[in-house]
Amino acid sequence: MNSFKKNLLKKRYNAERRFQWYGKIAIGLALTFLAVFMFQIFSKGYSAFQKTWIVTEVHYDKELLLIDAESPSKDDLENADYYDVAYKAMTSLDPGLPEEEDRQLIQMVSYKYETEVKDLLLKNPDFLGKIVPIKLTASDDVDQVHKGNYPRDIPEENRRVNDYQLQIYDMLNERGDILSEFNISFFTSPDSREAELAGIASSFMGTVFSILVCLAFSFPVAVLAAIYLEEFAPKNKFTDFIEVNINNLAAVPSIVFGLLGLGVLLAVFNLPRSTPLVGGITLSLMTLPTIIIAARASLKAVPPSIREAALAMGASNMQTTMHHTVPLSMPGTLSGTIIGLAQALGETAPLILIGMVAFVNTIPGTPVDPAASLPVQIYIWSESAERGFVEKVSACIMVLLAFLILMNLAAQIVRHKFEKKWS
Amino acid sequence: MNLILVTFIILLAFTSYYFGRKKALVIQSSQRLTALPKFYGYYLAAWCAAPALIIFALWSVFEPSIVKTFILQDYTDQNLTKNELQLIYTKVKSLAAGTYTGNITNFLDESANKYIQLKGIANSAKVAIILAILILSLSFAYRSVQKNDRMREPVEIFLKWVLFVASLGAVLVTIGIVFSLLFEAIRFFQAVKIFDFIFGTHWYPAKTFVRDGQPDPELMKDAFGAVPLFAGTFFIAFIAMCVAIPIGLLSGIYLSEYAGRGVRKYAKPIIEILAGIPTVVYGFFAALTVGPFVKEIGNAMGLEVSAESALAAGAVMGVMIIPFISSLSDDVITAVPQNLRDGSYAMGATKSETVKKVIFPAALPGIVGSILLAVSRAVGETMIVVMASGLAANLTMNPLESTSTITAQIVVILIGDQQFGDPKTQSAFALGISLFIVTLFLNVIALSVVKKYREKYE
Repeated sequence: MNSFKKNLLKKRYNAERRFQWYGKIAIGLALTFLAVFMFQIFSKGYSAFQKTWIVTEVHYDKELLLIDAESPSKDDLENADYYDVAYKAMTSLDPGLPEEEDRQLIQMVSYKYETEVKDLLLKNPDFLGKIVPIKLTASDDVDQVHKGNYPRDIPEENRRVNDYQLQIYDMLNERGDILSEFNISFFTSPDSREAELAGIASSFMGTVFSILVCLAFSFPVAVLAAIYLEEFAPKNKFTDFIEVNINNLAAVPSIVFGLLGLGVLLAVFNLPRSTPLVGGITLSLMTLPTIIIAARASLKAVPPSIREAALAMGASNMQTTMHHTVPLSMPGTLSGTIIGLAQALGETAPLILIGMVAFVNTIPGTPVDPAASLPVQIYIWSESAERGFVEKVSACIMVLLAFLILMNLAAQIVRHKFEKKWS
Repeated sequence: MNLILVTFIILLAFTSYYFGRKKALVIQSSQRLTALPKFYGYYLAAWCAAPALIIFALWSVFEPSIVKTFILQDYTDQNLTKNELQLIYTKVKSLAAGTYTGNITNFLDESANKYIQLKGIANSAKVAIILAILILSLSFAYRSVQKNDRMREPVEIFLKWVLFVASLGAVLVTIGIVFSLLFEAIRFFQAVKIFDFIFGTHWYPAKTFVRDGQPDPELMKDAFGAVPLFAGTFFIAFIAMCVAIPIGLLSGIYLSEYAGRGVRKYAKPIIEILAGIPTVVYGFFAALTVGPFVKEIGNAMGLEVSAESALAAGAVMGVMIIPFISSLSDDVITAVPQNLRDGSYAMGATKSETVKKVIFPAALPGIVGSILLAVSRAVGETMIVVMASGLAANLTMNPLESTSTITAQIVVILIGDQQFGDPKTQSAFALGISLFIVTLFLNVIALSVVKKYREKYE
């Protein structure tokens, strides 16, 4: 009998221990997912912050540039023919190469190398007639070889870089003519079809504009609505209806808001397609309930004693609310707003529906210029097959996550620094 | 033009604020003021801006349709259908704007001239009316300022109305959603029978694409069967819940019942990071890492696995949903009154027995509510499916094949340029409204369950 009891107790204690382990494993799994995820993004993306250059020599030969004037003006330099000069700069890397094979060398730099040759001369007009070293953006494939992302030991026909190009690459690398520098152009240039030239400037500006538009539309309306519902609304069926409505709206899938933007903003109001203005308004409809809920919660947290004191001093209801309750609730409202905006920042599907997925290779200057946004850029790039875009996507994700972390930190700081503790 | 008018109204409102305040100070020298001087300013500014802006907004909404009726009056004797009339009106408008590239007939040219003329009249009428209203309302307001009427109450009543109108914003958004979806969806169901849509098993809208003229009704009948999409949506959501419910629930229980302060303080926010990561990032992760990984494991086991499998999308979606379930169930469990626990311990139950036999049943309604919310989240998730689970609508129950969902198909249909009036475009709205109904249904049930549960223990 005694041993039976002991066994039972042992069983129960074992069950207890097992249950605890299930919980630990569950948390461990969740944390592992997060860790694997972060590791993947960082290990794939960090190399995008490095840009590979090929150094070669360029001879700014007046004859090849087709410049006749003795002392050429800026316009002459602008209109000169750089094709031959640029071509010679690349083919001089291997003078023995037959002419019909020259594409192999040209393909090692980006297709914009002619512009780079031109820009160097425009910046330093005294290089005319001289032989000077020049940095050319390496093509996506050479870039990936240099970063070690392409295996070199597979058969040639499966590689995007052939044996000859690898040989030239090795030669240059040994001479120290392959440079790897911080990739500024990733942050300053707009999107491009070529991975080595593509940057996030256009989508970054698109995101900034849409978030500003979103803030401008959603914040005032949401705060005013929250004040009404929390401070003035009579308790009746209609108020209940508004409340249920807000709660349900907060859980509507984001893509439905995209359909709303498409069906109403674009089709009925004829606002310009693909622009941050429409994107921002669509996002603001989505963040509206989030901010209303946060603002109401922080209005509710202001203790009644504040209101009573103001009323006792003879303030009207409106004065009490506007002078005391609302300012005191602002920290909570603001941090809720920032969190709502952070959510909107990561939204992709509604923006795709209103056309912000178009290929934009200019940097938008106003909210009514066509633009992409960071999350949509991630989507666009991840649909591209080239290896160069994989690291770009990961880098773009890192920028986006950094943005989100900053916003969440800001929300925390606003909440903890400025919020009064009532006790 | 409109911008100048609005700026003018707003500037005038600011000026009248300062003017009103000044006037109050003048009045002060002879009479007792009825309110603080600034209320005199607010009163004038409100009377200046509000009527003019309301008329302006109403005018802008109704002007286009009135102009349209005037233009199309000339065409009533030609027995044209609604669509043809719409087409003519678009032509007239683009001709007037100078962007028309087709054949210009005399009739069209006449209409365009009439359009330009009408627009001109409408514009000058608008400016005149708004100026008149500004003068009227300002002089009315100025009279009551002069009479030194009560100033605070009307201003506060006005502010209250502004607040009320703002709170209608959310209702307006809902109405906008319902109407924009319904409007297009109804037109879709005029072309495709609702029965074929709900019970058809073949989804292939690209088949109906015809450059000119009407698509073949026989083809239409067979192209818009949404069953594969409904099935795919719930199948992927089911896979996601298989991942999210055990992990989320167990970690929620552990965090609320077992974890010490230190673990709770750090583990909870870290898990919640998972909810803050944008879904497009999850989609990339699923497509690039999890998909190939699943395929490799499957191939090693000798199974046929598609690179874009429902399993990969569902599993990643599950990871995304973990924090929803864990923090919601954590809250729900923490809300269970302590005396239930104490009673159970007093009977000699271990902690896990208490959790399983007392706390879990007590918290069950709340947990079910949070799971329903999570399901609605999974059903509405878009980017993960678009990027990781392929776009072909297969009717399959094999997690290793690719399937598509309602949301993914909406994106596929509407990405790039769309043609309104095309049944393919309209089908996206029909899908949208079914998605809206499903999620609304789930949310309403979940919210009411959670609310009832809260009331029970408060």
